[in-house]
Amino acid sequence: MTARKPQTSLFRPQKLADQSLLAANKALVETINRRNVLRGTLSLGAISMLTGCSVTEQTPVQGFLKTVSQWNDRAQAALFRPNHLAPTYAPSQVIKPARFNAFYDITELEPVDVPNWKLELAGLISDKRTWTAQQLLTLPEQEMIIRHICVEGWDYIGQWSGVNLRYFLERIGADLTAKFVSFKCADTYYSSIDMASALHPQTILATKYAGELLTAPFGAPVRLRTAVKLGFKNPKWITAIEVTNTYPGGYFEDQGFNWFSGI
Amino acid sequence: MEPMAPKPSAKKRQLHPFPLRVMHWVNAVFMIIMIMSGWQIYNDEVLFGWLHFPSWMTMGAGPQGGLLWHFFAMWILVINGIAYTGYGLRTRRFRRMLFPIRIADVIAEVRNALQLKLHHDDLTQYNPVQKLLYLGVLVVIVIQILSGLVIWKPIQFSELTFLFYNFQGARLAHFFCMVAIVGFLVIHVVLALLVPETLKAMWTGGPMVDGETDRPMAAAQANRSKPQADGG
Repeated sequence: MTARKPQTSLFRPQKLADQSLLAANKALVETINRRNVLRGTLSLGAISMLTGCSVTEQTPVQGFLKTVSQWNDRAQAALFRPNHLAPTYAPSQVIKPARFNAFYDITELEPVDVPNWKLELAGLISDKRTWTAQQLLTLPEQEMIIRHICVEGWDYIGQWSGVNLRYFLERIGADLTAKFVSFKCADTYYSSIDMASALHPQTILATKYAGELLTAPFGAPVRLRTAVKLGFKNPKWITAIEVTNTYPGGYFEDQGFNWFSGI
Repeated sequence: MEPMAPKPSAKKRQLHPFPLRVMHWVNAVFMIIMIMSGWQIYNDEVLFGWLHFPSWMTMGAGPQGGLLWHFFAMWILVINGIAYTGYGLRTRRFRRMLFPIRIADVIAEVRNALQLKLHHDDLTQYNPVQKLLYLGVLVVIVIQILSGLVIWKPIQFSELTFLFYNFQGARLAHFFCMVAIVGFLVIHVVLALLVPETLKAMWTGGPMVDGETDRPMAAAQANRSKPQADGG
């Protein structure tokens, strides 16, 4: 057996923290001791009671609710029916164009340079060669007309086509027993889904909408479309896919939205 | 309503037994959490442009906070609801307190109420309007659970979605059932405040009543041969 060079994950910071910062603040760091921290906490507590707002990011209540949310992830995974298909609709019900939604306004959209775009692969994948948009389009195409449901409550019917994610993961030699499939996007968005949902027959890497190549606002050149997750679990403008057993989180998930968010 | 004949041999119990009071107040607290966090979720994508809930009426920081509270309170209400249903069936409380409902009685009671003649001499019996309201809110809660399941899991429970036409239909049903529950809650609290003995009874257990009727079904069945076995 040959020892493999450990791969740095695409999802970890490229550079470590700047050590000079630590040296510059050495004196300050050394003055920190438990008694002062405790005293500081007390006055922080007093301030929070005076103003009625919470000073710390995570109060015990928030921590508790987060634990419940993790429990809800497990409950949803248990409820998940791997072979149960989402209803599909007629082409006449498809809205054109699709509905744009991101964590910023459409006017701030920075389109991906598609000809020079590359899809990177990382983690528990045996063939990590990158893919161009053109190469992705040569893969067998699956089309589905499904309902997109946003966590906010709105929905629309869309017609998506692209390569089936299970087919793609098998093709690149991904470890299908891993827990998570994680996505990194050109606009710094990121999200991740459980392997069972990734292997669902209605989970695809979409390259087309309503039979036409994806346009910039809707994820060109490639985005995830899965019929079994809320809208925000369908990242657009994907630049990297990682298969991993380490919980990857997500842009909205890290702000308190439920991670599993299956529908 | 036939008056319940006093039975000297029967064991006495409180009108609202301890488990029932616990379930009532757990339900009260978590229903309010459910409603206020639901209003926070609603605000993120309103059904009606003219209706936004002011922030002092909502619970949770941002839509994610509302969702976290909603999906926590949900589990408590699931457990409480199962316990309550089991209790109501096992002790025959549902049957005894809610049935029969006669239309003529309801009309007579509404007429009385409109003339501001509220009869609350006997806390141990629901009047016909109370029966209809309590039964009604139980039906609404069943629809609320079904529409909630469809909104939470429209694909996993896709077999249920047709009950509400589609996903948006389930959202509307969930909203209007909330309105009905809040309406019930307002009437319930106003009436309880008008007749404070009812509020006190739900805290302390209330007057002692004939114990036979809140015993488990098997015990009640053993007594069936006796002439005045059960009020319902």
